[in-house]
Amino acid sequence: MDLGGINLVTLVASLMVAAVPIMLAAIGELVVEKSGVLNLGVEGMMVMGAICGFIAAVNTGSPVLGFVGGALGGAALATIFALLTLGFLANQVATGLALTLFGLGLSSLLGQGYNGIKPPPTTALFGPLGEIPVIGPILLGHDWMVYVSILVVALVWWVLKFTRTGLIIRAVGESHDAAHALGYKVARIRFLCILFGGAMAGLGGAYVSLVRVPQWVDGITAGAGWIALAIVVFASWKPWRVLLGAYLFGGISVLQLRLQAAGSAIPVEYLSMAPYLITILVLVIMSSGRGRSALNAPAALGQNFHASR
Amino acid sequence: MLRLEKRPIPSRFWLYGTPVVAVILTMIFGGLLFALMGVNPFAVIKTIFWDPLFGEFAFYLRGQLLVKAGPLILIAIGLSLGFRAGIWNIGAEGQYIMGAIVGAAVGLAVFPTENRLIYPVMVLAGALGGWAWAMIPAILKTRFNTNEILVSLMLVYVAQTILAKASTGFLKNPEGMGFPGSRNFSSFPAAANPELIAGSGLHWGGVAAFVVAVAAWVLLSRHIIGFQIRLSGQAPRAARFAGVAPQRLVVLCMGLSGALAGLAGLFEVTGPAGQISIDFNVGYGFTAIIVAFLGRLNPLGIVLAGILMALTYVGGEMASTNLGLPSAAIQVFQGMLLFFLLALDLFTNYRLRFGLREIA
Amino acid sequence: MLRRTLLATAALGLSLGLSTGAFAAGMDKVKACFVYVGPIGDGGWTFQHHQGALELQKAYGDKVEIAWQENVPEGADAERVLTQMALGGCNIIFTTSFGYMDATNAVAAKFPNVMFEHATGFKREHPNVSTYNARFYEGRAVQGTIAGRMTKSNKIGYIGSFPIPEVIMGINSYYLHAKKVNPNVELTVVWAYTWFDPAKEADSAKALIDAGVDVIASHTDSTAPLAEAAKTNGAVVGFGQASDMAEYKPSPRVSSIIDNWGPYYVKRVGALLDGSYAQADAWEGIAGGEVLIGEITDAVPADVKAEAEAMRDAIAAGTYHPFTGPINKQDGSPWLAEGQTAPDGDLLGMAFYVEGIQGDIPK
Repeated sequence: MDLGGINLVTLVASLMVAAVPIMLAAIGELVVEKSGVLNLGVEGMMVMGAICGFIAAVNTGSPVLGFVGGALGGAALATIFALLTLGFLANQVATGLALTLFGLGLSSLLGQGYNGIKPPPTTALFGPLGEIPVIGPILLGHDWMVYVSILVVALVWWVLKFTRTGLIIRAVGESHDAAHALGYKVARIRFLCILFGGAMAGLGGAYVSLVRVPQWVDGITAGAGWIALAIVVFASWKPWRVLLGAYLFGGISVLQLRLQAAGSAIPVEYLSMAPYLITILVLVIMSSGRGRSALNAPAALGQNFHASR
Repeated sequence: MLRLEKRPIPSRFWLYGTPVVAVILTMIFGGLLFALMGVNPFAVIKTIFWDPLFGEFAFYLRGQLLVKAGPLILIAIGLSLGFRAGIWNIGAEGQYIMGAIVGAAVGLAVFPTENRLIYPVMVLAGALGGWAWAMIPAILKTRFNTNEILVSLMLVYVAQTILAKASTGFLKNPEGMGFPGSRNFSSFPAAANPELIAGSGLHWGGVAAFVVAVAAWVLLSRHIIGFQIRLSGQAPRAARFAGVAPQRLVVLCMGLSGALAGLAGLFEVTGPAGQISIDFNVGYGFTAIIVAFLGRLNPLGIVLAGILMALTYVGGEMASTNLGLPSAAIQVFQGMLLFFLLALDLFTNYRLRFGLREIA
Repeated sequence: MLRRTLLATAALGLSLGLSTGAFAAGMDKVKACFVYVGPIGDGGWTFQHHQGALELQKAYGDKVEIAWQENVPEGADAERVLTQMALGGCNIIFTTSFGYMDATNAVAAKFPNVMFEHATGFKREHPNVSTYNARFYEGRAVQGTIAGRMTKSNKIGYIGSFPIPEVIMGINSYYLHAKKVNPNVELTVVWAYTWFDPAKEADSAKALIDAGVDVIASHTDSTAPLAEAAKTNGAVVGFGQASDMAEYKPSPRVSSIIDNWGPYYVKRVGALLDGSYAQADAWEGIAGGEVLIGEITDAVPADVKAEAEAMRDAIAAGTYHPFTGPINKQDGSPWLAEGQTAPDGDLLGMAFYVEGIQGDIPK
């Protein structure tokens, strides 16, 4: 299974791991945006999830509780965002950016004293089954969060597409005035969506500090939240395309390093731009092919709602 | 139950009052945070808000406020035009980098020629560099309907890689012992952007910021393009009926914001930063987005917001050095200030009915 | 006008202990200030400098006051922070990143009575500017020896940040010494193009591991590469970088290079206190204690451990220089003749691989 000195099996296996944080954060943000809210604070919520998850895991010794803590940490920060944008009708773009600034600072304060500690390991779900050639590493060899992340995508897809809850979320995101007229509690629905988005970003962050790195250092997410935001746009607000986008981006990021390791003749700096350029390229092809996918954005995205009766 | 009621006209009192109340609230809550960390809150708040303006070293720090605020204002004004029209350029950081690289490259190419025309040409090149980088998302948007948020953001990372390549490769100082980074412009007078009045912190970037602020104000309030921009943002359908070509507006707004970000980059790299280096960009492009919204997308507001942001940076640094606060605490403090500013904005347009005391 | 006020104030405020030109006056109390490029919590470069600062404080107690500023971007902000520090009464300012070079010299010109110490740079434009650095390549020589002996696949890897002399020097030293003990060894270099991005560092390590590499050295800041190696259950080993990274002992972390700035800080401030301070260009290594080799763990066979320790001791004693000829450049052209050791100038500006390394340095 080698191609140009690169083992495809390990490539796929490692891109699945590399994509988890951005995928979780992006699927959360997708729900938020579907409800008509643009939260640019994903990076801040991720890094809060990373430190809260780390603290929880180290103090309880349980990675599961760590991830719970991460989700709570992300959701807690998201609450501030919800309060400001829903309660005080503050500008969403600016609030989101301020949230990132605040989250980076707060996480660093909380994390003092947690440098240089190893968190409890998150184990592979199927144990020895991961040793089976080819399908083992790709399908069975991962830690359980990899499967959780895919399940979350599936769940979000199912809820948005087939359930009444999904219908309401979409209605609120398309036209909050109409949804309000129909008697839906716009603010409450959006609040719950923002909490969900925060929790997912927090989970993604916790995955970085508990599995990917695993360690706490200031600013550990190093910009993953921004990529997650871009993936939502890339996916044109469709859940499965979030998975595709995250795997594509994660895949190219991992591939470019492997090409280097395999002694590829392509200059390194072009390789390191590749994930960004290829993401743009794919989006251009998608948007020009269908012509309308970029118009798929929720109509009320970024607008605040005030029931004026 | 609390209930918000929209004011028929925005409240003048709150328009000017919110920043003051926000700062006071931030002082209270930030003070609590600092007290919890075992630092004297009064000392910290005095260091952040008072010392840079009126303290012992204010003669130096006032100028530094201008140095810090200049690029923020310049970029934010460009961005605000697009934001008003619903065009989301969030890649100003990349345009800032590219403006700096292109402008600096032009200057370095003729080193060490001394000619008065060099700097104006560099300024032009810087604006062009930023403009061209912004044209990529603009053209993709108009041609293929590709979302400009994603493209402009992704191009920031591409620009950063080009910057790394520039500083370790094609713009590297040949006399720099192989270290990364270009020549320092302070030793190349024809291409440098020095302080115009010694000690004032004012360089061409600051001048440009104020000129652009005035120009933007005139554009928005007096010119047909300003009208079109405002209309497209508020009522896109109406704008189309009024004959606004959305495509042209995208190209115009993206181009303007890109050019201004590029200018800011060029002024910064030839002046305060001094040289192209791997990480000479310090996030002005992103901070400017906050500044644009803090200033309510209004040129005058942006100038004030830029100066307020600069104050928290400069004062925050001093607090951190002199009082041993972690810089993270300052970040949290800045975040709080922004939260309060954004939240209290509500009262400009709305009033509370019943139980006013419960919220304030 | 204002500028003159600035200089006058500076001169007034700071001429307490020192008089211009002659540093040999001695002081009762020194305020030492540090400018950091990252957060203290980075666990690597900045963390180690701060450890040095704390060591300094401990060494002199009341006689020294320390102050610091984290997260200072290089460029305009550095110049402001330095000026603030100088105005604020710092007697000696340590600027701990290469990118502060021009700012350090510019501010030093305005404050002739404040001492400036710039880490890893080469410009000393004023009598009050000194530079200091550490010979990390000496540590790389020890690591290379261990790597050459420990590898079973004969493939060793290196995660580089940016293609700058500092990093290239380390790669060459690592490779030369691995090759010396194991002629079949092959080196794979992956450039991460970042100093700090833990996830990317982990991916780089994974890419190397999947390419068959079983010993990894890194020149980026986080522990992520070691954590990645730890997932292989002992098949892959690596080294601590900048700090000891002891939490990954005994394997995969089999040894480490520790940046140990404390002794230098203690020495310089001590000189300021007793009046013996003079401008310097310090480039110390294992001998001076600035580069520490972290404990070589039992995961390394005893004979290899002994060999590596002998290397370390020879370097410390000055009997062995890691770059001793004959060494050719990558293209086969001669660099050092038999027995010749590398001049410091060649090392500081190193922009080429030595013979035998595959691949190109990004240009």
